[in-house]
Amino acid sequence: MTIEEQKYTDIMKEDLLKNVKDKCESGYRLVQIGCGKFGDIFEINYSFEKEYSFENLRIKTTEGEKVPSISDIYWGSFIYENEIHDLFGVEVTGINLDFKGNLIRTTVKAPFNVKNVTKVKPEKKETAEKKTEDN
Amino acid sequence: MKLFSMTKTIFKTLGRGPSTIRYPKEPAKRYEGTRGQVEIKIEDCIFCGLCSMHCPSDAITVDKPVKIWTIDRFRCISCNSCVEACPKNCLCLNNVYHEPVLNGPLTESFTGSAEPAEVSSEN
Amino acid sequence: MSRRIVVPFGPQHPVLPEPIHLDLVLEDEHVIEAIPSIGYVHRGLEKLVEKRDFKDFVYIAERICGICSFIHSVGYCQGIENIMDIEVPKRAQYLRTIWSEYSRLHSHLLWLGLFADSMGFENLFMNSWRIREKILDAMEETTGGRVIQGSCKVGGVRRDISDSKLKDMVKDLDILSSDIEDLCHVFFDDDTVIHRTKGVGVISKEAAYSLGAVGPTARGSGVSTDIRKTGYVAYADLDFSPVVETGGDCYARCAVRARELLQSVDIIKQAVDAVPSGDIDVKVKGNPDGEYFSRVEQPRGECLHYIKANGKKNILRERVRTPTTANIPALVKMLGGCEMADVPVIVLSIDPCIGCAER
Repeated sequence: MTIEEQKYTDIMKEDLLKNVKDKCESGYRLVQIGCGKFGDIFEINYSFEKEYSFENLRIKTTEGEKVPSISDIYWGSFIYENEIHDLFGVEVTGINLDFKGNLIRTTVKAPFNVKNVTKVKPEKKETAEKKTEDN
Repeated sequence: MKLFSMTKTIFKTLGRGPSTIRYPKEPAKRYEGTRGQVEIKIEDCIFCGLCSMHCPSDAITVDKPVKIWTIDRFRCISCNSCVEACPKNCLCLNNVYHEPVLNGPLTESFTGSAEPAEVSSEN
Repeated sequence: MSRRIVVPFGPQHPVLPEPIHLDLVLEDEHVIEAIPSIGYVHRGLEKLVEKRDFKDFVYIAERICGICSFIHSVGYCQGIENIMDIEVPKRAQYLRTIWSEYSRLHSHLLWLGLFADSMGFENLFMNSWRIREKILDAMEETTGGRVIQGSCKVGGVRRDISDSKLKDMVKDLDILSSDIEDLCHVFFDDDTVIHRTKGVGVISKEAAYSLGAVGPTARGSGVSTDIRKTGYVAYADLDFSPVVETGGDCYARCAVRARELLQSVDIIKQAVDAVPSGDIDVKVKGNPDGEYFSRVEQPRGECLHYIKANGKKNILRERVRTPTTANIPALVKMLGGCEMADVPVIVLSIDPCIGCAER
């Protein structure tokens, strides 16, 4: 069952700005920037749309590498780039509105980059017992 | 008369009576399909643990060796997932919401054994 | 030049239904710049996908948002169905369409109420919500839940609606649509509403497009974009065209939503007329392997579910881009240059759902 054709293009990180600029000039709108961590590699998808045709640029990066911001081309990209930085710890350089890790404030830094963010079960039991004692 | 654009609505509403229910006096609205809370026929339960595996909010715990089935009513989101997962069809979702309580946790345990199901509620 | 001051706005504010914080840089009463910050309700729902069976994640996908929950589940299921190449029965597609439009009705009515409240028109607020209650009743009767429906699953829907019930629903909607028309009439013509919304928070067509605005925010500025036109679920068979206003101000965004109410009623009627009989679900075997960007049109705009799986029971990554996230850049631009007193109205006019935006 296919609703629409979706095009994926793998590009090098160095060519990102050039490719995005091309997209911008041919009238595409930025749909989203999304990151995912698969193994040690971060995949960042830049999705564009023009008249219901959906296209994707994909770059791959690893821990510690910096990714250039596209906010000079698409002003609104700051929200996605800050989000990627806050959730995955991927450093994005040159964002027009850089929140420096304060857009999504979490107790665990870069929560989507660590192996396990789970609740601690025994602690919950203790507090539950305490509550019954208090009663 | 742009200033009095609400007039029609006001007159319509006047003839209609209140739209709200005087809740504790009148019972709340309830439909046949409303998702209320999970009920278990413990005598049919085989303690396979499928319901707790499929519970999105970890509300159900099943202890197979001692045959105890426990549900945390505060965690339960009445999603019907356990009912669908149950191979013996011993779970069902009724259409009654739980009575309001003042303090929790609100866990209910059911013990499966030869004698009739025993219900204990700890508060 | 007068002195600049910074006024914090939110996260706790009488008109804000959800926590967004804005730092407003003011010069007298003029807003020079607004800097948004979110991050009060991040729940990490996307991360949970790694721990749940992909079929059970529907329940979590649905709880991303408390208003457009049904459409979130449609988006998620549609993504999985695309990856696994499942053909969903036609009847299920139509039921999904009907419930999606019911969600849109309830969301827009909720928003119109909140919007009236943001400009201090309490009575209109109550009237909107009175109508919304009828929509919620129909939802509860057919799906079992008022706002969290839980009736969509991978491979179809969980509950069927009988044909007689569908007819009753249409009859109820006929009665409701006269109420809705009265309500729209107030939003279109009332002096109070016009004074508070006309020419406030203007964003041009070009700006809305390049900032990536979606949904009523974009359509209010004249950008004709509606993901329903891609023809997901049963929308391909139904006749409608995106509601577009050209004003670009709060009034236009409000008018788009008000007109979409009547459009939704119309779509439901068309869908009920055309609903085929047959199965409502297919059995799902195996696990998904692949990736897909599933796009759906929520009441607030385009929502995107990116799913990547590797043939295991647990999905590798799900990324949800909700319409509010896409509309925040547009909101920032709208706020620059407005009056301090108009800030609540402008913030409300994009229908912010921060719970969705942070997941």
